Amino acid sequence: MVQDPDTPVEKFNPALATESITRFIRDEVTKVGFTRGVVGVSGGIDSAVVAFLTARALGAENTYCISLPYKKHDPSARADAEAIAHALGAPFQTVDIAPMVDAYFAHFPEADHIRRGNVMARMRMIVLYDLSRVHRALVIGTSNKTEALIGYTTLWGDMAAALWPIGDIYKTEVRILARFLGVPERIISKPPTAGLWEGQTDEGELGMSYEEIDAILVELVDKRIPKDVLPERGFDREKVERVYEMMRASQFKRRMPLLPKVSTRSINHDFKYKRDWGR
Amino acid sequence: MVIKVGLGQIKPALGDVKRNLETHLKVIEQAAAANVDLLVFPELSLTGYYLQDLVPEVALDPENSDVLQQLIDLSHRTNVDLVVGFVEVAADYRFFNSAAYLSQGRLVHIHRKIYLPTYGMFDESRYLAAGEVLRAFDTRFGRMGILICEDLWHPSTLYLMAHDGAHVLIAVSASPGRGLRRPDQLGSAYAWESINRSAAQSYMLYVVYVNRVGFEDGAMFSGGSELVDPFGRCLVKAKTFDEDLCFGEIDALEVRRARTLYPLLRDERLDLTLRELQRIYARRHQLE
Repeated sequence: MVQDPDTPVEKFNPALATESITRFIRDEVTKVGFTRGVVGVSGGIDSAVVAFLTARALGAENTYCISLPYKKHDPSARADAEAIAHALGAPFQTVDIAPMVDAYFAHFPEADHIRRGNVMARMRMIVLYDLSRVHRALVIGTSNKTEALIGYTTLWGDMAAALWPIGDIYKTEVRILARFLGVPERIISKPPTAGLWEGQTDEGELGMSYEEIDAILVELVDKRIPKDVLPERGFDREKVERVYEMMRASQFKRRMPLLPKVSTRSINHDFKYKRDWGR
Repeated sequence: MVIKVGLGQIKPALGDVKRNLETHLKVIEQAAAANVDLLVFPELSLTGYYLQDLVPEVALDPENSDVLQQLIDLSHRTNVDLVVGFVEVAADYRFFNSAAYLSQGRLVHIHRKIYLPTYGMFDESRYLAAGEVLRAFDTRFGRMGILICEDLWHPSTLYLMAHDGAHVLIAVSASPGRGLRRPDQLGSAYAWESINRSAAQSYMLYVVYVNRVGFEDGAMFSGGSELVDPFGRCLVKAKTFDEDLCFGEIDALEVRRARTLYPLLRDERLDLTLRELQRIYARRHQLE
């Protein structure tokens, strides 16, 4: 069997993952004519792991670590972001997005925290893409498999990237990978946060731990166990339903925009070429 | 007879036949310099794998192809027999995932992939027609058979090749590596090693397995090409992930020795197999 999905996450092989992912980054970056990457480094574990992997793939000197704090939030995040770049010996730059975000919301003072969080994520995207032009680099995304599957992401915001090196790695596996790569323990053990508002944590907002979510996703996605069977296997029915619904409702984030099929050959319908066409 | 085989583990560019031909020419020169008798390239070595709508664009007509003719000529000039992978367009405009055996200026044999994986990450039947013939063929180095990737996951193909007289099974693939839950290697690499060793020792033949490397849209072709002897022992192992050209020896006497020690092919009840298959076939298709 090619992949034994019944093997528990503890068997996840971080050395093999590192080997596979660094080669992926190197291959997919260099064959489109680039040598460098920019990574938005938040001080969290996902972007730390991606920065470490990118540095392994392209060299630390070619891994531009960009901290994009919104000033009022989590002052330690900025220091952690810098610590990651420092640990790698990678170029580091801080761009405070507060003036841009605040200028925008001066027009909409009533905006709730969802709108503010989305605009922050998209502002970071704007800065990263702009700096990618400056550094002649590709934007290396930090989305992991868990958040991409449940849609715990901002469309065209943190999801926007040329590559998703950990897009097939669950959050619980990211932690194993982080330890293998030597990401500072402080960053691994702090509670995951999207940094969308003060005091926000992923697991608080989702109402479930990543261990619980990943265990359900592995059953549904990798093992293709029907969701109605999972309660018999010891899973909480309500949580299974919630994870399934998050996955279903966020499918639009994982696809390109829809277009009406009215001609003979139509983009996204029956005009089929890989991105690596001719590469 | 002892022959030297080369495992040409290359990284084809997707849909760029010209560039891939250049890669072939370079590796053939290296193999010729090393006095290789038979050089094997992976599945779709001239075109890359995830072709989708590029299939008709890159397809070659074996009767009329400059690209294949260059390779055929080269097999003559270098005296290296070649196995290359390409998309074949037939006279009726069906497209096949094919591999050709070229020797001394002649196209000796073409195998059209029979089992086109169309599930999970694979979509071959959407673009390609399935081969309908499974034959071993004679070469100047003895009788051989070619199978392409998914073909080997159907043990009937191995059975037929062995009983059609193949002493050497040329197994070419473009296998995406995956599975990160083993301590030592990718799950897919482990699966291929199992298949190759099992094929070799079940049918007492050499397996020349050549897989490609490189990425196509994140699909990671993982290499690990190998030569396995008729006792199921791995003689040569190419690198994982990297391009490689490695060499090994095929000794006809080893096939003889294995089949003398383990006369399993001699004892095979083809009549019984045929009879039972006919019965099973009739039942499955409700002909009874």
